[in-house]
Amino acid sequence: MSANTQNKSKVISNISGAEAVIRCLLEEGVETLYGYPGGAIMPIYDELYKFQDKLHHVLTRHEQGATHAAQGYARTSGKVGVAVATSGPGATNLVTGIADAQIDSTPMVCITGQVASHLLGSDAFQETDIIGISTPVTKWNCQITKASEIPEIMARAFFIARSGRPGPVLIDITKDAQFEHFDFSYKKCTGIRSYQPYPILDEVKVEEAIALINQAKKPFIVWGQGVILGQAEEEFKTFLETSGIPAAWTILGLSALPTDHPSNRGMVGMHGNYAPNMLTNECDLLIAIGMRFDDRVTGDLNTYAKQAKIIHLELDPAEVNKNVTADVTLLADCKITLHRLNEKITPKTYPEWIQRFDDLDAIEYKKVIYNDLHPTKPGLTMGETIEMINTYSKGNAVIVTDVGQHQMVACRYAKFNQSKSNVTSGGLGTMGFALPAAIGAKMGAPDREVVAVIGDGGYQMTIQELGTIFQQKLAVKIVVLNNDFLGMVRQWQQLFFDKRYASTEMVNPDFVKIAEGYYIQAKRINQREELEDAVQDMMASDQPYFLEVCVEKEDNVFPMIPTGASVSAIRLE
Amino acid sequence: METKTYTLSVYSENNIGLLNRISAIFLKRHINLESFSTSASEIPDVFRFVIVINVTPNTVRRLVQQIEKQVDVIKAFYHTDEETIFQENALYKVKSSALFEERHIQNVIKNSHANIVTVSPEFFVIEKTGFREETEQLRKDLEPFGLLQFVRSGRISVTKAKMGISEILNTFKNNNN
Ligand SMILES: Cc1ncc(C[n+]2csc(CCOP(=O)(O)OP(=O)(O)O)c2C)c(N)n1
Ligand SMILES: [Mg+2]
Repeated sequence: MSANTQNKSKVISNISGAEAVIRCLLEEGVETLYGYPGGAIMPIYDELYKFQDKLHHVLTRHEQGATHAAQGYARTSGKVGVAVATSGPGATNLVTGIADAQIDSTPMVCITGQVASHLLGSDAFQETDIIGISTPVTKWNCQITKASEIPEIMARAFFIARSGRPGPVLIDITKDAQFEHFDFSYKKCTGIRSYQPYPILDEVKVEEAIALINQAKKPFIVWGQGVILGQAEEEFKTFLETSGIPAAWTILGLSALPTDHPSNRGMVGMHGNYAPNMLTNECDLLIAIGMRFDDRVTGDLNTYAKQAKIIHLELDPAEVNKNVTADVTLLADCKITLHRLNEKITPKTYPEWIQRFDDLDAIEYKKVIYNDLHPTKPGLTMGETIEMINTYSKGNAVIVTDVGQHQMVACRYAKFNQSKSNVTSGGLGTMGFALPAAIGAKMGAPDREVVAVIGDGGYQMTIQELGTIFQQKLAVKIVVLNNDFLGMVRQWQQLFFDKRYASTEMVNPDFVKIAEGYYIQAKRINQREELEDAVQDMMASDQPYFLEVCVEKEDNVFPMIPTGASVSAIRLE
Repeated sequence: METKTYTLSVYSENNIGLLNRISAIFLKRHINLESFSTSASEIPDVFRFVIVINVTPNTVRRLVQQIEKQVDVIKAFYHTDEETIFQENALYKVKSSALFEERHIQNVIKNSHANIVTVSPEFFVIEKTGFREETEQLRKDLEPFGLLQFVRSGRISVTKAKMGISEILNTFKNNNN
């Protein structure tokens, strides 16, 4: 393996591998990391103690929390998130977060301690094959058994995590390598022979795409997180405004464009909006930007946009024609591709086609949205809570969501003015993501309001991270939408399993007391009259704040495309 | 869609974890490997995996994309049997008494174009290189004489068309500079 490197730092003689790890982190611009100590990582923690004025280590209450916090940090800051754990159970506790980062393309470097190299394979205390375990869910991983390997491998880890389509990297360092002394110097990695993260755009394809766009009468754009990861928000907006093409987002694309932008036509997918889902099967040109045609977006592939020509802007060659075959693939960073398209596109409008969206929007508003936001029944709805948060956030907050009904409702109704504001577990759907992710999200964007919207189920998967919030004095706002159910599963049971509510009803604890036990100001409401004051107080607070909103127990999220059905089979009730 | 036999040629850096990483791609998709072998390649420091699978054209394309996506993989290709020259190698261990007592076995060995690798008082070993059907036929033919051991290697293969790894490595070098 040969790596191109530059900016070699001066040699620091005779330092330990553990100190070298810290110096590598500093060279990479790391300021914050999340983790949990233990035997095999103690030399590194000892160095963290010595370097605490330069590196802020956040002790989470579980290693899974460390990974989600690192993810939240990466998602709002755009930097690489770092998580640290000991060997054995520490390392295995990272796996869920690593898998989440892999499927949602989040740049993260995980560092695990490992038993001393002479013990490898002996089933030593807290030995686990974390390289083997993490292989299918990492972009890259590597075990280090000699201190002298640390600088080059760490440089590679950061380069791989952040370049191209980002992803998680795990570095496993044996304890003897942490203790071993060597002469340290650091070179940032700028390239690896076998790894070509940025394919070069084929100009011929650009012409082909422009020709398809010029011919189209009913073009439609679906964008994903690629716009955010590629920092292409400006180019994207220009493309929308010039081309006049209506556009909808996948859940991870949310916030790349201000929600109230006229080109924004809502969300596609299982609980997306009516118009963009229906019109996916009516458009004559589908332009997919930085998205990967996940099955939650496409429904049945055999009936997905079959009438349309497809242009796919994609960075990862492995996504090309993976789920949907494109007529033209523009394989490159979408920032570059959009820039080229913007140079060649003719300004246009599609009044009749846009009218189709307006018409279907009106149907969805009448059947679904109105009742969600202006309910007449006594129980509070998730929708009106999100709408109230919008009123006080003015669209400026980072919204972190967990997984379930509340997630779908929050993503459907939350307003955003700014990119990198929607932090959710999309591809893996990891319950327990939101609370720790909110910690990282706040630290990645300390000047912004961060509101975590969580279900009563997912909250209890990582509730111990209240301890981290308290210890770090992080002004995270936590809203639990409590329906006393694993609501999303209950909804499926109601619709597809004849209301057999197998193990979805939850007897919940006193969440307010729990928050107060962590010295976090807390409030519970269950009346509509209380909602506005409660949200206002929460948003006005400069401290961590917990708000439990007791909502209708058996509300359902609509629209809904049943699993495996066509996007046109979307149900409004 | 019809399944077919494909030979994958994967050029890679030599990395301890890569074997695991590549086999995980098949495991994740519940795909059985017909054969798997690894060796040096024509280029110093570049390794080559030869993997044989029986899948649909769409599946093989996507598998190769996933393999190529791995950081330590330089390039991956797939070819049909018609597009490659391929061989397998088999060893057969038979008790020596058979050689002297059964005259017929000598004809079997001669007709199969197999080579005798070693002969000892207790056993002798035959080697045969060829297509699967040929090594398989010889196994069947030797069975009546008491086959003590049988083993067959994974497929090794070269392609009729050139794969141009040196050129690819050169463009990679230029891209990185
Ligand atoms: C770790 C994990 N386990 C199980 C699931 C399956 N699952 C998806 S949504 C859901 C219910 C979530 O309930 P809750 O957190 O109360 O949110 P609600 O749907 O009620 O808003 C479950 C169990 C999951 N996504 N993640
Ligand atoms: Mg719930």
